[in-house]
Amino acid sequence: MKIPKMKVRDLNFYYGKFHALIDVNMDFNLNEVTALIGPSGCGKSTLLRCLNRMNDLISISRADGKIFLDDININDPGVDVVTLRRHIGMVFQKPNPFPKSIFENVAYGLRVNGVKDRAYIAHKVEETLKSAALWDEVKGRMHESALGLSGGQQQRLCIARAMAVEPDVLLMDEPASALDPIATQKIEELIDELKSQYTIVIVTHNMQQAARVSDITAFFYLGRLIEMDKTESIFTRPSLKQTSDYITGRFG
Amino acid sequence: MTVHFQRELDSLKRKVLFLGALVEKSVQLAANALESRDTEMADLIIAEDRKVDELEVEVEEDCLKILALYQPVAIDLRIISAIIKINNDLERVGDEAVNIAQRVNIMARRPPVDIQFDYILMAEKVESMLKRSLDAMVNMDQDLAYKVCLEDDEIDDMNRRVYDKVKEAIGRQPERVGYLINLLLVARHLERIADHATNIAEDVIYVIDGVILRHAEDELKSTPD
Amino acid sequence: MEHINGRRRLLENSMFWLFRVAAIINGIALLAVVYFIASRGWRAINWTFLTEPPLDSMTKGGILPCIVGTICLSMGAMLVALPIGVASAVYLSEYARPGRVLRIIRLGINNLAGVPSVVFGLFGLAFFVIYLDMGISILAGSLTLGALTLPVIIGASEEAFRAVPGTYREASLGLGATKWQTIYRVVFPSALPGILTGAILGLSRAAGETAPIMFTAAVFFSPSLPASIFDDVMALPYHIYVLATAGTDIEATRHLQYGTAVVLILIVLGLNLMAIIYRAHLQKRK
Repeated sequence: MKIPKMKVRDLNFYYGKFHALIDVNMDFNLNEVTALIGPSGCGKSTLLRCLNRMNDLISISRADGKIFLDDININDPGVDVVTLRRHIGMVFQKPNPFPKSIFENVAYGLRVNGVKDRAYIAHKVEETLKSAALWDEVKGRMHESALGLSGGQQQRLCIARAMAVEPDVLLMDEPASALDPIATQKIEELIDELKSQYTIVIVTHNMQQAARVSDITAFFYLGRLIEMDKTESIFTRPSLKQTSDYITGRFG
Repeated sequence: MTVHFQRELDSLKRKVLFLGALVEKSVQLAANALESRDTEMADLIIAEDRKVDELEVEVEEDCLKILALYQPVAIDLRIISAIIKINNDLERVGDEAVNIAQRVNIMARRPPVDIQFDYILMAEKVESMLKRSLDAMVNMDQDLAYKVCLEDDEIDDMNRRVYDKVKEAIGRQPERVGYLINLLLVARHLERIADHATNIAEDVIYVIDGVILRHAEDELKSTPD
Repeated sequence: MEHINGRRRLLENSMFWLFRVAAIINGIALLAVVYFIASRGWRAINWTFLTEPPLDSMTKGGILPCIVGTICLSMGAMLVALPIGVASAVYLSEYARPGRVLRIIRLGINNLAGVPSVVFGLFGLAFFVIYLDMGISILAGSLTLGALTLPVIIGASEEAFRAVPGTYREASLGLGATKWQTIYRVVFPSALPGILTGAILGLSRAAGETAPIMFTAAVFFSPSLPASIFDDVMALPYHIYVLATAGTDIEATRHLQYGTAVVLILIVLGLNLMAIIYRAHLQKRK
């Protein structure tokens, strides 16, 4: 039974005069990984950043249309962006742990959200690191700088950091593009683990990665959602030629 | 990557076509040998099969190599997976031609028995199915592939008729039962070739629109059994 | 081919030497200044010089009031300029939207950096000393020096804030932090080493300036140490200036002038060193 966690309805997005997303309609289901693929500049990252209104940081941008998280339209002027972002976690392209200790990185989200109970924070940090499959690697050096970790560990720390505030949705913007194949594999395994708890949306340039980790694949081109289907269908028999051309590398 | 992949794929397709041509030739020769009871021709078919076997191995290795190196998806993946299966079918067709040649070798040493069945017609039909399934593959012609699939029933009917006639003939001439069994087997080999041709046609359809037809035969065929 | 290669190699070598010579000249100039001053001044420096006030119309004795005065003024200037400067830098790099207002503010800051220090002195005299009735005092001098170093600190701090990767901000905001929490918890700690660099530059400049304090804080002679920020003080640069231009016996006090200069240099270096060590400590902790 598929439960749509987020619903995008007639979304149009502009950077100044540039029409970056055109009439996008799609659902993101609970406990599913949805991969957004497409060539650079197709709008997939823009869409991802619409989902937690990270695009608000760009002053010349404008979003029309509705995006529902459960039944709340997050584009509604009354929605508090800060609260929204607590419910929708984000992991970025390059691992970007804060220049703080491993512990403080994971505790950060709790602290900024007003959690003061030290015992609870310690418990939560440990629990989160365990579910991010990082605990065994870092338990002896929780108070050392996070910047001393390897790239792959840093990225898993960033995933843990996002998970610590118990979001409903995890957005991942090319989370493995800066990592080596082994670290990439670990991230992919983690994504697979996490989908039982979250709704995950991942942007990736790596087609094989989309094929491996996602349940649903959505192909974007020139700001439009071209095709969206079960990942296995997209990669064995896409129904549109544009999709086929893109995933087989015959584009343009 | 695409340029490399395309080059590999083109070379693979050429090999499969060459294999198809070899096998087609064997079937044709087998039909001729059957008609003329020519054991020399039959021996030639048996000898030629080595080439078919070697080429089959080569094509399979190429397919595995491409899968490992390029991880093709969508149409490219379907082409490779279809080629793996078509390759297998072609090799089996070659084997069936050899089987027919072996029957011919046995039968040619004995006096013929007429069972009132036109083997030449059946062989021609089977040859034509094989040829057109290969044409459908070369031209990615979906219509032609569908037609080939539909013709398989006709060959099945012919095979069943041979069975009845051979049964009848055994009743009349029980002393020629060995020869008659060989005749029955030839029909069966021809029918198998038609099956492989049908498989090839189905794979062509799969490549083109990604639908697996194999188990949807009932919907496909207009005349119910 | 050989010919072209030869010419290219020649050009390559001569450019390399050009740059190397420039760097060497730089080093030599610095060493020359230090040697020139130290060789003439080190004999004047002894315990009495550092711990006694000047005696006999400043021809004998020490420079303790000047040392204390300079430290008070520099620290005072930092107390004024750092909070305002860093706050301005936060506004400019984190809050201000690009546009006309931002351009005008930035133009103002750049112009402030270009104003001659004597003008700051006159401004301090007119505004702090007379209009606000602070008199010649540490307070007025610190405020004046603070205004003088403000552009340096704003510039360096803004640079430091801009050097903080945008992904830190995004990560923080993405976790549901407010803008202020993001600045306070992530951006500011990351920028702190850069801000300290600005503070070092500002402090050095404040400690060495003469013109801004001669009308606002420093006096020719004061036998006692300042008791409050409303007292006037002696200061090292001004003391050197006074001894060298208006002293009772200019030639006889040459060694005192150079000794005072050495102390000034050492104080500036010492303050810098402290900040550098602290900065290194911060960076290592990351």
